[in-house]
Amino acid sequence: MTAAAPTQGGTPEGQRVERSAGDRASQLGWPVVAFVVATLAVIPIGFLAVSVLDPNVEVWRQQWRTRLPDQLVDTAVLLIGVSAGSLLLGGGLAWLISAYRFPGSRLFGWLLIAPLAMPSYVLGFVTLSVIGFTGPIQNWWRDTFGQDAWFPEVRSMGGAIVVFTLVLYPYVFLLARAALADQAGGAYEVARSLGAGPFEAARRVLFPLLRPALAAGVAVVMMETLTDFATVQYFGVDTVSVGVFRIWRGTFDRDAASEFATLVLVVALMIIGLERVLRGRARFGEAGGAAAGVGPRRLRGAKAAAAFTTCAVVLLASFGAPTAQLTFWAVEEATGDRGTPLVDRFTEFLQNSLILASLTAVVCVVLALVLTNGPRFSRGRGIGIASRMTAIGYAVPGPVVAIGVVLALVALDDVLEGIGLGLPGVVATGSLVGLVYAYSVRFLAPGLNAIEAGLEQVPEEVTASARSLGSRPSSIVGRIHVPLARTSVLTGAVLVAVDALKELPIALLLRPIGFNTLPVWTYNLATESRFEQAALPALAIIVVALIPVGLLSLQLSRHAEAT
Amino acid sequence: MSDAAPLEVTGLVKTYDDVVAVDGVDLVLRDDEVLALVGPSGCGKSTLLRTIAGLVAADSGTIRLSGQLVEDGSVRLPPERRPAGLVFQEHALFPHLCVRDNVGFGVRDVPKREVADRVAEMLELVSLGSYGDRYPHELSGGERQRVALARALAPAPSLMLFDEPFASLDHNLRVQLRQDVVAALKATATPAVFVTHDQREALAIADRIAVMRRGRIEQLDTPAAVFHRPVDAFVGAFMGEATFLPIETSPSPHTVLGPVDLDGRAPTGATAMVRPDDVSFAVAADGEAEVVAAEYHGSGWLLTARAGGAPPIAVFTSHLAAPPVGARGHLGLVVGHRQVVVADTTEP
Repeated sequence: MTAAAPTQGGTPEGQRVERSAGDRASQLGWPVVAFVVATLAVIPIGFLAVSVLDPNVEVWRQQWRTRLPDQLVDTAVLLIGVSAGSLLLGGGLAWLISAYRFPGSRLFGWLLIAPLAMPSYVLGFVTLSVIGFTGPIQNWWRDTFGQDAWFPEVRSMGGAIVVFTLVLYPYVFLLARAALADQAGGAYEVARSLGAGPFEAARRVLFPLLRPALAAGVAVVMMETLTDFATVQYFGVDTVSVGVFRIWRGTFDRDAASEFATLVLVVALMIIGLERVLRGRARFGEAGGAAAGVGPRRLRGAKAAAAFTTCAVVLLASFGAPTAQLTFWAVEEATGDRGTPLVDRFTEFLQNSLILASLTAVVCVVLALVLTNGPRFSRGRGIGIASRMTAIGYAVPGPVVAIGVVLALVALDDVLEGIGLGLPGVVATGSLVGLVYAYSVRFLAPGLNAIEAGLEQVPEEVTASARSLGSRPSSIVGRIHVPLARTSVLTGAVLVAVDALKELPIALLLRPIGFNTLPVWTYNLATESRFEQAALPALAIIVVALIPVGLLSLQLSRHAEAT
Repeated sequence: MSDAAPLEVTGLVKTYDDVVAVDGVDLVLRDDEVLALVGPSGCGKSTLLRTIAGLVAADSGTIRLSGQLVEDGSVRLPPERRPAGLVFQEHALFPHLCVRDNVGFGVRDVPKREVADRVAEMLELVSLGSYGDRYPHELSGGERQRVALARALAPAPSLMLFDEPFASLDHNLRVQLRQDVVAALKATATPAVFVTHDQREALAIADRIAVMRRGRIEQLDTPAAVFHRPVDAFVGAFMGEATFLPIETSPSPHTVLGPVDLDGRAPTGATAMVRPDDVSFAVAADGEAEVVAAEYHGSGWLLTARAGGAPPIAVFTSHLAAPPVGARGHLGLVVGHRQVVVADTTEP
């Protein structure tokens, strides 16, 4: 029973497994860390949910009497309109690219996802300035057809729906294409060979099989639409997200804003629920065996021209033309003699954006490494649940995350003050810490998914071999897992960084005073209709955002070659 | 080290949800011994191996490695602190490291010079002396397994664990490699536990064989004993082709092949086992048996013969005298061979 237990001969009763402190840490450490990470990710949203338990009736009554009913209607109309548009455009283009060959079809296959790099608020203000009431197109129109000639109102719900559709359809396009390449395409051909006409085959086989992919794509589109409150403001559309922003900026009433943000959260949850229902019991990748994709048919003559024109017009309207216009403005502004005072702060804002994006990327990659490696070293089921929980941030709109983080940090401030650690300059209101925290909650999911996929490529046996050769888990992560999954780790970091670079709502709500990012700068200039001056930062965002889109294209074409 | 056994397992239990994977296993490995763990898939042999390695936590029971308690059901030593080397079926080399770095991975706390010497020694042991600079993707399947073996042996483990190490290799390579592996184990005096689903492999390399079924060790004995004197029909059938014949008791215990020696057993719940090479078939027009199927095995023919109401009997005959299907003849025992009475568990 003593420490100096005799070892020769038998095995004394009461002998213990002699573990070092390190062994205990390695067994306990992973679940504990994963639990902490998950808690940090969920807390902001938890605070929001709790705030509803004690509603400020006055605020709700006042909102209900004034804007709320219209906001609900606008939100619903916008979401439905953008979903329908994205389904039509994304689904249609996916079918065109997958089922037919025509000049440029291969090139369009990956060019058509370029609008992912175009923030909706950028396309929004370019659209308004070019074809809005005072824009060159309408001026020419009135000069040609008279001052009273009819022209559709651009600054309207319809305009907003078109703009969102043009930048968000790629989500549906990507998922529908992947589904068509897997089982759905092959099943369509089988249905045709069994005597079904194209419409019957589409109705009875193709749509049911594509439904999960379309539902997932539309859910992302709706989330992205819901999270926005810049583009909608340009177009005079009053959604619940705008409501949160307005209460926050107008009154700085934290409680009222947070209660209103729960309304956005409820809409987000409804979207998730809708996706679950639409998806039914089907799941992705359920294709058994090597089901061939759809075999493309060659188009000729007028049909080929029509297909080419469709793709070209969409690409031009969503990406080519606005980028060209921005470049023109930026060049004009740089060479003109107006002397833009803000240009010398361009590097500062760019730097701010890059610092914020890099910090977020580093935080997210580290957290993702902890969450994905945990299950390898600890058998607890909790770790898997923790990792799923952290993904919740991505499904919650930016304004909700932002306000949740403020609530969490205010609580933290109070606690710190309570135990006599009150810091000069509170943590919560407008510090870089709060901003990085909110960004990390929101963007951990894409980083987590990329790194998880990479780590799945490392067989369990490799990990087990390294352990049996005497390596501690932390050393295995550094010497084996990260080197082997380095492409995925890099991809995850880039995805997070670019999402963070484009993010506007959280930055607008949480940025420290005087701290501007490229999106905030772009937004402020565009809100004052100084479009030419907004061109440079907008272009910078697009150029940086093209990096992951390019990576994605590369991955897709590699996948296409492999199959 | 001490006189303690390299591996001592007592009362080990591991359940997954409702499934009992390992159900109270006791096992003591002798010095320098190669033990094969065999059994049908799902019998718990891999789980047992992984529990010994520390990759799976046991529910209860203890594991000692060279006398050191590493698992007692509630606390366990993590795999990196157990002196056991591990070799898997495939995929387990570190693909971003060259052969030298793979083999040297587990050699720590010694000067660089000694690591290099140890790596060279291990590569020499597996006949890959000149392969140090190659990368795993530049090696054949057999070479990879040799590197995996060298890597696991390099830290001088007190026990080696193999999980289906040759399953991904083709037959001829497998035979060559398993001989080399056993030679390396004996050369380094390292005891080992092999998990395999290949009974013939187990018979060929093991000093002792443990046959597992439903989480328990059904029989633990030498290859000859497990093959020729199985404790029950399950072990007999699992270890190789066998026919089980009902025992008649009057006037004296016998089967269609002749008298059996009950060896003190009660005839109820027992059955007589014969292997194909125990049985002879003598062609005779008036024979009581008829050949109903014949399968060519290269070195001979495996016949299926029927006699009266007895179950079909497998008979191995020389390729020189192969009666065709439909031929009649007399069944008997080959001189010196006998029918073994075992517990009847023919419903596996």
